[in-house]
Amino acid sequence: MAKTMNERRVISVVVMNESSVLARVTALFAGRGYNIESLTVAPIPNSEMSHITIETKGNARVMEQITKQLHKLIPVYKVIEHEEMVEKEMVLVKFPIAENLSDIASLAAAYNGGIVNVGREMVIAQVADEPKRIKHFIEAAQRYNPCETVRSGVVAIER
Amino acid sequence: MQMNGAQMVCEAIIAEGVKTVFGYPGGAIMHVYDEIYKQNGFEHILNRHEQAAVHAADGYARATGEVGVAMVTSGPGFTNAVTGLATAYMDSIPMVVISGQVPLSLIGTDGFQEIDAVGISRPCTKHNFLVRSLEELPRVLKEAFYIARSGRPGPVLVDVPKDITVEIGKFKYPDTVSIPSYKPTYKGNKRQIEKAVEAIKRAKKPLLYLGGGVVLSNAYELVRKLAEKTQIPAVETLMARGVMGAKNPLLLGMLGMHGNYASNMAMSETDLVISLGARFDDRVTGKLSEFAKYADVIHVDIDAANIGKLVEVDYPIVGDVKRVLEEMIPLLEGVETDRYRAWREILKRYNELHPQSYIDSDEVIKPQWAIERIGELIGEDAIITSDVGQHQMWAAQHYPFDRPRQWINSGGLGTMGFGFPAAIGAKRAFPEKTVVNVTGDGSILMNMQELVTAAEYKIPVINMILNNHFLGMVRQWQTFFYEKRYSETDLTFQPNWKALAEACGGIGYDVTTKVEFDAAVKDAMEQNKVCFMNVAVNRFEDVLPMVPSGGALFNMMLPPKSETDGEEK
Ligand SMILES: Cc1ncc(C[n+]2csc(CCOP(=O)(O)OP(=O)(O)O)c2C)c(N)n1
Repeated sequence: MAKTMNERRVISVVVMNESSVLARVTALFAGRGYNIESLTVAPIPNSEMSHITIETKGNARVMEQITKQLHKLIPVYKVIEHEEMVEKEMVLVKFPIAENLSDIASLAAAYNGGIVNVGREMVIAQVADEPKRIKHFIEAAQRYNPCETVRSGVVAIER
Repeated sequence: MQMNGAQMVCEAIIAEGVKTVFGYPGGAIMHVYDEIYKQNGFEHILNRHEQAAVHAADGYARATGEVGVAMVTSGPGFTNAVTGLATAYMDSIPMVVISGQVPLSLIGTDGFQEIDAVGISRPCTKHNFLVRSLEELPRVLKEAFYIARSGRPGPVLVDVPKDITVEIGKFKYPDTVSIPSYKPTYKGNKRQIEKAVEAIKRAKKPLLYLGGGVVLSNAYELVRKLAEKTQIPAVETLMARGVMGAKNPLLLGMLGMHGNYASNMAMSETDLVISLGARFDDRVTGKLSEFAKYADVIHVDIDAANIGKLVEVDYPIVGDVKRVLEEMIPLLEGVETDRYRAWREILKRYNELHPQSYIDSDEVIKPQWAIERIGELIGEDAIITSDVGQHQMWAAQHYPFDRPRQWINSGGLGTMGFGFPAAIGAKRAFPEKTVVNVTGDGSILMNMQELVTAAEYKIPVINMILNNHFLGMVRQWQTFFYEKRYSETDLTFQPNWKALAEACGGIGYDVTTKVEFDAAVKDAMEQNKVCFMNVAVNRFEDVLPMVPSGGALFNMMLPPKSETDGEEK
């Protein structure tokens, strides 16, 4: 099998809500040597299930194994290896109040975000956008001396 | 019905039809043992170590095809059981292990004998449960048995906190299981099966590659039928010995690291691998890029994750081997068996060129001779278990296995110490059958306390120790690959085997000649007592053929054709 490049992939895992199900999923990645770039998890409304979104890297064979091995876990209901998806990520960035607030506000606005909190010493901007754009925003924000950056990890939904 | 959690555990075991439980009590599981004392729905065997209890349940499961059950306490009881779980996991053996746990209120406090059992066993069980309430206990037990035996089987751990075993509640054992996220695939895709059949009809050099899945799926009769109908030759993995039957003319033998010449050459030259319940383990394939290099691959496996994991598969069929063969065989009606005649001829010649052979001796017992001889003496109905090492490979190579479940060994994990307790489990399941554990002077000591168990419960298994005063398999690698630096493999210091067996209530035999061998086997079968048969064998005998680790299957070190052997190498 041709060794394709280690591509970035996003997988959704729908699991039964039960204790230690997240541990099972992450232990599988750790035990078999797969990468986790980011991971988000939350219950699916009006159901007994949760949705886990995992951003990972691997070639086609690794991806196939990840999907199949996840499927083997008893509480895993469904595994979706995303092809055509809408994906979003959120980031919160804290800047010193001394920075140029209007510049920060316009930068955040350019990425569909804005300033969500202003304190005595800090201002917090929030942006929710495609992961690639989040990365660009974080790069652009560097010139305003951010003191803390928190990313949410990716959530995705198949189109 | 109202009852406490401990009773529920017993009731579930009875409801599942389990007749024998192997285990060891302790603080956290004491309430369950109290209920075991009061009931008479199943017997309990007190092994003398939790690892042995789990192996015994495993041996019971392998011999019968039913779920084996073991019971242990929390903390060290559970950690002792881990090797047993891992052994069963690697070979997909259906088993339920019930462990005690500290009370719910103490979990997470580093309480006395608290250990995170579900955390530790996660990678070596098919699934595991920490029971969180009395209410869910019946459902969890039902699911545990169901998960253990369905789909690709495997061990399941149920960790039961002590307070739940005391609490009283309503018990109704569920009739059915519904786990929306767990739906094993049994039936193979029809279209794929048809395509595979076409490929078989087109092939010139097809080969049946049979794995442990055939045994697990109880499909051996269909496999034999398939082979007979198509006249396609077959190779077996270590886990599939017995599937074709030693006398079957279509069986080439075992393939892999210690496979015979014809089998490994067949795999190297075939144009169509028909893999049934095998998983392309590295001990089987050797160097992957050279493995079945000229072949298309049909892969039938109940576990989709096995398909395409190591080799590229042209005809993937996810399903139970038995169900798939039921559909496949009728489609092969009218297949031209002559088509494969030339291929069979080639393989026959390979087998004549380098048969599975060894050079016998009159001075010293050759281990291969001992295996063949015991096969002759105890007949086709016996069950053979083994430990891990050279003796295991010689048993796999030379014993005339006639049916599956006759050969019980730890293939995937390679657990020394498995054979004796597994033999106890198998013998308990089939008291009328002769059960022999083929073992080494290293392995047997890893669970020798089971002499006491076997003596107490009158479980007369024969431990045939092929004694080479070495950790032989490691010694063999040192001879070949480490310039004979025998680092920590010399077992010249030995116990008095006979006295050891006798001290524990068994019998011992010291065997150095063929005559003594026959006499000892005969006596052991009549005495009906557990025994150690200490058979002095040629010290430096090697297991051959051998494919050096990572090498291509066709590059085998072959057995010598004349006597140059037997001296210090
Ligand atoms: C629990 C465990 N420890 C270590 C090993 C590594 N190992 C594999 S074979 C072997 C030697 C076995 O010696 P013995 O039981 O005397 O059998 P022989 O090879 O001499 O027939 C060892 C140490 C193992 N498989 N299992």
